Amino acid sequence: MATNANNVNELDNREPADAIKPSENGANTPVQHITGVGGGVTGDSTDYIMRVQNLKKYFPVRGGVLQRVVGQVKAVDGVNFDVRRGETLGLVGESGCGKTTVGRTVLRLLNPTGGNVLFEGRDLTTLNAGEMKKTRRNMQIIFQDPYSSLDPRVPIGQSVGEGLLIHGFSREEREQTVRDMLKRVGLHPEHARRYPHEFSGGQRQRIGIARALTMHPSFIVADEPVSALDVSIQSQVLNILKDLQQEFKLTYLFIAHNLSVVEHISDRVGVMYLGKMAELADRDELFNNPRHPYTQALLSAIPIPDPRIRRDRIILKGDVPSPLNPPSGCRFHTRCWLAQQICSDQEPEWRDIGSENATAHPHLVACHFAEQTKVKGLANEIKEQLGTDTKV
Amino acid sequence: MQNTNDSATSMKPDLANDGAAGSVKADPTSGGAGASNDDLLRVEGLKTYFYTEDGIVKAVDGIDFSLKRGEVLGIAGESGCGKSVTSLTIMRLISQPGKIVAGHIWFDGKDLATATEDEMTKIRGNRISMIFQQPTSCLNPVFKVGDQIVEVLKVHKRMSDRAAKDRAVELLTMVGIPSAKKRYDSYPHEMSGGMCQRVMIAMGLANEPELLIADEPTTALDVTIQAQILELMKALKKDINTAIILITHDLGVMAEMAERMVIMYAGKVVEQTDTNSLFESPKHPYTQGLLASIPVLGQVRDRLEVIPGTVPSLRNLPPGCRFAARCPRQMPICVDEEPDLLKVHGRSVRCWLYHPAIDPDPTACADQTLDKLNTYRQTQQEPPAAAAK
Ligand SMILES: Nc1ncnc2c1ncn2[C@@H]1O[C@H](COP(=O)(O)OP(=O)(O)OP(=O)(O)O)[C@@H](O)[C@H]1O
Ligand SMILES: Nc1ncnc2c1ncn2[C@@H]1O[C@H](COP(=O)(O)OP(=O)(O)O)[C@@H](O)[C@H]1O
Ligand code: SF4
Ligand code: SF4
Ligand SMILES: [Mg+2]
Ligand SMILES: [Mg+2]
Repeated sequence: MATNANNVNELDNREPADAIKPSENGANTPVQHITGVGGGVTGDSTDYIMRVQNLKKYFPVRGGVLQRVVGQVKAVDGVNFDVRRGETLGLVGESGCGKTTVGRTVLRLLNPTGGNVLFEGRDLTTLNAGEMKKTRRNMQIIFQDPYSSLDPRVPIGQSVGEGLLIHGFSREEREQTVRDMLKRVGLHPEHARRYPHEFSGGQRQRIGIARALTMHPSFIVADEPVSALDVSIQSQVLNILKDLQQEFKLTYLFIAHNLSVVEHISDRVGVMYLGKMAELADRDELFNNPRHPYTQALLSAIPIPDPRIRRDRIILKGDVPSPLNPPSGCRFHTRCWLAQQICSDQEPEWRDIGSENATAHPHLVACHFAEQTKVKGLANEIKEQLGTDTKV
Repeated sequence: MQNTNDSATSMKPDLANDGAAGSVKADPTSGGAGASNDDLLRVEGLKTYFYTEDGIVKAVDGIDFSLKRGEVLGIAGESGCGKSVTSLTIMRLISQPGKIVAGHIWFDGKDLATATEDEMTKIRGNRISMIFQQPTSCLNPVFKVGDQIVEVLKVHKRMSDRAAKDRAVELLTMVGIPSAKKRYDSYPHEMSGGMCQRVMIAMGLANEPELLIADEPTTALDVTIQAQILELMKALKKDINTAIILITHDLGVMAEMAERMVIMYAGKVVEQTDTNSLFESPKHPYTQGLLASIPVLGQVRDRLEVIPGTVPSLRNLPPGCRFAARCPRQMPICVDEEPDLLKVHGRSVRCWLYHPAIDPDPTACADQTLDKLNTYRQTQQEPPAAAAK
């Protein structure tokens, strides 16, 4: 499986595909979770649209006069997760932790350095260019920056219909679909002839959504789709994303650093730290019973827009270490207040510790001491302070 | 003054049983009469316009607020509503084609709006410091961060090189830079965004300013780093009684840090009150919409409320209320005439709904409303309303 990076290089020609061999770093392959934890392939009736296994993406770092490869950024370094059909899987973590790289690699907009991506049961890493083109119709991406993601020189209708053109749809079909899609995201069909600069940030983001939807994909990676928008515009876009999901039975991989937004939109949430998945569970499970110390710190750091709530905050020491030279063992050990010797010696296994609610999906976490890290949880904290469940 | 009409008054329960609400016209401040003495800063009727080739941008268009010593005042509002221009104006850092066209900035009894550049140089970085939105753009890339702090110290205080250097290391330690002695010799590009931001804060605090203006100090940072910076700012306020103007669009940060809040919309203050009442019962329809539209951690809702539409262009503002096109409570008068900042229960709200002579009924006839308003104004000796079109 480590040789997949060599297969196809059509979209990612910025790097020689053989620049990195993950096997050079023996410590990186302690466990091969080919079947994924907490969801063995055999006898598992769950409908997975995507299964990501031990995904790795390293970027070469060049230096010196000859611009030789002097090291590598392990942007994603052995990540496992499954995406269930029709769900929204949120992906959070601090800047640089590898969220975007995961999103782009699972779509094979970047070629993985190692690992497998099964989409509808087929391993994307083994598809040739023709097969990939066919598959790509079903997978789309919505970008963070509504300003740079649209070509300023072409009318937005053309951008929205681009995918249809590539896949050989007739002019009428294209125009009809574009009009429908613009209407669907709350814009006027006549807007198709206008240029990007005539639209506000929120409108441009909706154009980006319309563009992603024209091919009727089943799977969408939304990379920080509302981060660049003002709060009053964010809710417009979030509501549209939710409506469209229902209407078109979409599955989202929703990447964001804002945990309040992720909590709102996601069914399950994964937390990344420095190229690794730290924890992944059902939304309520993750927010009310976080077990990875990093998740706990992250949740406690979020200021809640209610002055009555005063939270005990975990203040992390230091900055995020460099992914060029990540800490040994558990990557969080340089900032973790629970770290023991074993944490710097041995990488914690990615394992299911079981959800509090028996009907919930597996609660996956990578921490040696996950059994001993129970905290009060957000909902209980708020309930205690306000005497009620929620404001709404 | 009681509202004689009993329909549709749900929005103003306070007014109905508040005898004091008759003192309607806000902003009695001009000239400083009646202003409290503990105000460290008082901004009155401040306007800053940019005279661009495509027209006048009214970035700040008549804003009023005040700040006591040691107080944290939050300013929130959408991108482009004038928050940064407000802070740059207070620092007198607005340059061509921008200009202060009206108003006062009373700082400890002196009007900064008319202060000379020499006077400002003495105040800037000394009595008033500012932390900018983009930390990296404000540190000089070619100097060591430690030396940049020393520079600030030596401009305003006559300190020996040695003492200034010791103090710089002390400040870096105080803002939580690990191994500060070593970091003294780092260049900005060798530091992360969070560290640059902390260096900026160290610089801002070098001279223990009476007022710190922090413009989105944590927006570019991750939440765990943000938490570090917020703790730091709280400690400062406690230890050296610095008053802070905190500008952010993150209402969570506001709720945590600010004692009082100013909400801006399209260059104007639309609501000003203490933080608790703002979150408990927002009065202005924009503030209400804003609070209902944000996802709140731990309070999952099925759908978020939406404020339809977008902010009007500052080059081409509507004649009436600037929020009218997006406002669910819009009345006929709203599109014709701009509301004043009204005092309601000790808070200020710029909205006709809270005017005692206005019947908050969306179907009310515009002419009748205007007549009523003019009658009211005659009895209160206010200037009459401009004739509606
Ligand atoms: N030098 C300038 N020339 C022309 N217009 C300007 C200039 N500086 C600011 N403006 C305009 O003034 C308005 C207010 O800008 P300001 O930077 O204060 O917004 P803000 O509320 O702080 O926004 P953000 O949150 O995006 O930083 C904007 O419409 C902006 O385009
Ligand atoms: N093309 C590239 N070349 C080198 N390094 C990269 C490249 N793309 C991303 N990285 C690095 O990979 C890490 C993860 O990046 P990314 O996935 O973009 O983070 P984020 O979580 O902010 O989306 C970062 O350290 C980033 O600098
Ligand atoms: S494995 Fe150790 S260092 Fe890592 S999160 Fe758990 S306790 Fe902390
Ligand atoms: S003045 Fe009118 S339009 Fe403006 S906020 Fe109040 S009710 Fe809405
Ligand atoms: Mg990203
Ligand atoms: Mg700004």
